[in-house]
Amino acid sequence: MLLAIDWLFILEKFALILIVVMGSLVIAMYATYAERKVAAILQDRRGPNRAGPFGLLQPVADGLKLFFKEEIIPDFSSKFLFILGPALAMLTAIMTGAIIPWGDKVQLFGRDIPLQIADIDVGVLYVFAVVSLGVYGIMIGSWASNNKYSLMGGMRAASQIISYELAMGITMIALILVTGNLSIKEMVLQQQHGWWNIFYQPFGFLIFLICAFAECNRTPFDLAEAESELVGGYHTEYSSMKLGFYLFAEYINMFVSSVIMSSLYFGGYDLLPFVDESKWGLSANWMALIGIAALMAKVVFFLFFFMWVRWTIPRFRYDQLMNLGWRVLIPLALINMLVTGGVILYLHK
Amino acid sequence: MQALTNRLKQVERKPMSLLERMYLPAIFKGMIITFGHMFKKRPTINYPEKTRPFSPVFRGLHILNRDEEGRENCTACGLCAVACPAEAITMEAAERKESETHLYREEKYAAKYEINMLRCIFCGLCEEACPKDAIYLSETFAPADYQRKQFIYKKEDLLIPNPITDPEGYKKAAGNRVQLNANK
Repeated sequence: MLLAIDWLFILEKFALILIVVMGSLVIAMYATYAERKVAAILQDRRGPNRAGPFGLLQPVADGLKLFFKEEIIPDFSSKFLFILGPALAMLTAIMTGAIIPWGDKVQLFGRDIPLQIADIDVGVLYVFAVVSLGVYGIMIGSWASNNKYSLMGGMRAASQIISYELAMGITMIALILVTGNLSIKEMVLQQQHGWWNIFYQPFGFLIFLICAFAECNRTPFDLAEAESELVGGYHTEYSSMKLGFYLFAEYINMFVSSVIMSSLYFGGYDLLPFVDESKWGLSANWMALIGIAALMAKVVFFLFFFMWVRWTIPRFRYDQLMNLGWRVLIPLALINMLVTGGVILYLHK
Repeated sequence: MQALTNRLKQVERKPMSLLERMYLPAIFKGMIITFGHMFKKRPTINYPEKTRPFSPVFRGLHILNRDEEGRENCTACGLCAVACPAEAITMEAAERKESETHLYREEKYAAKYEINMLRCIFCGLCEEACPKDAIYLSETFAPADYQRKQFIYKKEDLLIPNPITDPEGYKKAAGNRVQLNANK
């Protein structure tokens, strides 16, 4: 029985998981640095430039600082939930990376290793499930803090994510109508040789993008931690690395949603639209490398876009946020879905 | 009513058009503005590496001057202490011995010379009052410290490096200001 298990397969998946988790942690780390640098540049400042060349060691210093800070667990909090909150936020943020195709495949030791941890048929649903779970991290943490500002932040986060999840899901249905399947790998493969999905669903992408901002709790939808109203929002009572986990989870979420947007609408690891790169006759490993680089370039652009928007648009008021979600985005997403369905029916695709 | 300034602007209160209500064009415009700031010159000066040039009349930390042979100029006449509006300067005079002619220029010298930098207002009246070219306000400013008593600068803290044994230190401490005054 034991011999029937493909140990190399398990090993390669394990290595892949390690790389993806570590990779997303490092990228999240440097996203904090990039955020500060981009903020500074957009505001004619210089940003962190003391730790290491160009301040490149700043995230390391920040991380170390968070580790050595005093860990405060308030007496009036429920301790188990208080610890569970940030852990859950971090866990769900990292879990999404499992179904993302980072590249086509590499050939090592005579084996074809697909650069995806798990190619599940309902990949898109998995993403939605995990992202929805992410709100529990915030909710549980804010509830366990036993602080009114935390609780208000948590409630805002929950209602915001639930409202925008709807519009996001409906845009997703339109995309699923176009592509005809739920597996992210399949969707990326379909975009390899021809049109990227952005050309079929530009409007859908716009709605998806706005919803992604709301899901990540990013400005202009950062009401959950609105520091000018709610002290620190849901993480008011948190300190030390538990606070770090929350902040980190936000950046990992940003990274993951950038990857998902690139995969769903911009061809994932496809370098150029309308070009069949496989005809260039490069070896599989080179193609994988180019693919990863292409995906990362798109991700870096989206991350920059997240930051760029943050330093441009002021925060929405709470009723504006709900109005936008329920009375604008959901009807628009529904129209988008109906039109897409109608066109597909008309073309007998 | 007469407007106080000519900057009065009538606020438009007509409802927004569809294009305005979509927000996206306005957001796009805003994004272009912030993007444009990426290419603007940054006004920041990287302080410890680069310093802003001081005006030639900048009044910073005091120095007690020496003559070209390295002897102290101060004769402890007390005119600076009298001139000081903040009463920051105290001194004690002493008589020069035979063996000290290479240390002090004249027969009387300041055995003790203290300036309280917390009292000093850096007005430069001591410099104006000095008949012996002995005290100058340099181009450095008093650094922060942990204790109040550390801000009472003693003679050792104020004396300029000896131009004979440490010409570079002398030049640096003197800056433009001492030369400027010496030339006139």
